[in-house]
Amino acid sequence: MDYFFELFLGGLTRGSIYALIALGYTMVYGIIELINFAHGEIYMIGAFTALIVSSVLAFAGMSGPSVLFLAASVAIIYSAAYGFTVEKIAYKPLRQAPRLSPLISAIGMSIFLQNYVMLAQTSDFLPFPSLLPELPFLESYGLKIGSSEFIILVTTAVSMVLLMLLIKFTKMGKAMRATAQDRNMAMLVGVDVNRTISYTFIIGSILAAIGGVLIASHIGRINFYIGFIAGIKAFTAAVLGGIGSIPGAVLGAFILGWTESFATGYVSSDYEDVFAFVLLVLILIIRPSGLLGRSTVQKV
Amino acid sequence: MTNVLELTNVQTFYGNIQALKDVNIEVGEGEIITLIGANGAGKSTTLMSISGIVPPRSGEIRFMGKSLAGMSPDRIVALGISQVPEGRRIFPWLTVTENLDMGAFLRKDKEGVKKDMTHIFELFPILSERRNQQGGTLSGGEQQMLAISRALMARPRLLLLDEPSLGLAPIYVRLIFDIIRRINRENGTTIFLVEQNANMALKVAHRGYVMEIGRIVMADTAESLRNDEGVKRAYLGV
Repeated sequence: MDYFFELFLGGLTRGSIYALIALGYTMVYGIIELINFAHGEIYMIGAFTALIVSSVLAFAGMSGPSVLFLAASVAIIYSAAYGFTVEKIAYKPLRQAPRLSPLISAIGMSIFLQNYVMLAQTSDFLPFPSLLPELPFLESYGLKIGSSEFIILVTTAVSMVLLMLLIKFTKMGKAMRATAQDRNMAMLVGVDVNRTISYTFIIGSILAAIGGVLIASHIGRINFYIGFIAGIKAFTAAVLGGIGSIPGAVLGAFILGWTESFATGYVSSDYEDVFAFVLLVLILIIRPSGLLGRSTVQKV
Repeated sequence: MTNVLELTNVQTFYGNIQALKDVNIEVGEGEIITLIGANGAGKSTTLMSISGIVPPRSGEIRFMGKSLAGMSPDRIVALGISQVPEGRRIFPWLTVTENLDMGAFLRKDKEGVKKDMTHIFELFPILSERRNQQGGTLSGGEQQMLAISRALMARPRLLLLDEPSLGLAPIYVRLIFDIIRRINRENGTTIFLVEQNANMALKVAHRGYVMEIGRIVMADTAESLRNDEGVKRAYLGV
């Protein structure tokens, strides 16, 4: 039972990270019907920014939670700026173009950002400091969960609740939903659609940066390629749940996290990715719109 | 009478295809004018040009004397032009209340918005009953009421209506035209009505324009148009 719980927890942690990234894919798809292939790179840039900031701070003699706070803050701001700029440079000029063009532009951006980080930093794995604090109270309560797992779960949960409130109740959230449902009509009621799309990229990038800092601290090493792998997995999660659907992305992420975790634990760790993608293929055969995806119904 | 809206030599294109050719239209303060014509004549394009969704390539559109050239659609809404587009375009997964809220997107006076919403729920009890229902679940007639209400939530000076009677049951058609008359009379809102149902449109409107393949071919008072032999034959089915 202990082993089962361990795998369950591992899946949950993995799923949390996938969810944080998958939300960016699904929100962007929901609003401009584009698979933003450069999204994984935003996550990777978040992790690198946190590494650089925390190294500088450590060099300056700082330590403790303030390093985590500063590193994470700078990573969030930096990633948000990248997400915003990528949209402005690579997608906005192509908004009226055939759908394949921005998709190719997205792949180009992804390759560009990977190589840019590789050249600016290094192609080797770099050690990432453990920024997440130890939480002794967990053990004293008898909880069999590591500090970093606990922090990942709580941070993810809080981020998701905040995102839900933002989308449900704020003016920006309503503008995002309206734009996703009918862009021209949103314009006709006075929504600044360009700004709304920018907000969507910024919010998605913030979530990805949070994921990047958390997982890098948890695993302890990063390189320029982590965004690609995580991005593909999160994309799988988003499709699994129904791309465009926010609850779907979260559900898909956890299902994917558990599938990988249990398959690795009970079968073989060699087949981790195989199980993830077999699951994707099955879903696409049985329910092409994803678990919570909706096919568009239009009344005439 | 001052003109609320003036279109001067407006030419609008979709790619290389010219949809509007030298269109001239004037709408006076407090008027109901109608633009009638066959399918594909360019009626909807005229409204989309005014709203800035498909801006004209040349010519000028002025609202309250101010040129709309280069303005984004949201700024045009902010000036006081609201549109109820063809097919109603209700946000299908927003509730009735949220759809109305979206109509008031640019307004800052929360109290006024609340009051207007209460007023709309009094005017259309069926919308009040369904206020927490998703817009996509309403019937066509209910959606049309919601679409007009959503546009009114912006408190427009000029309301553009595109085929509000299209596909509705006769009882709703009459209701919608009654509402149009009331909005005009009670709020003094200027109305630009695009219709294929020329019969009804020429009954509520003060003046009318007839459009054929992108050009205005006739402009007169609604009454004269109703009695014109050509219009009768082509659009009134007499």
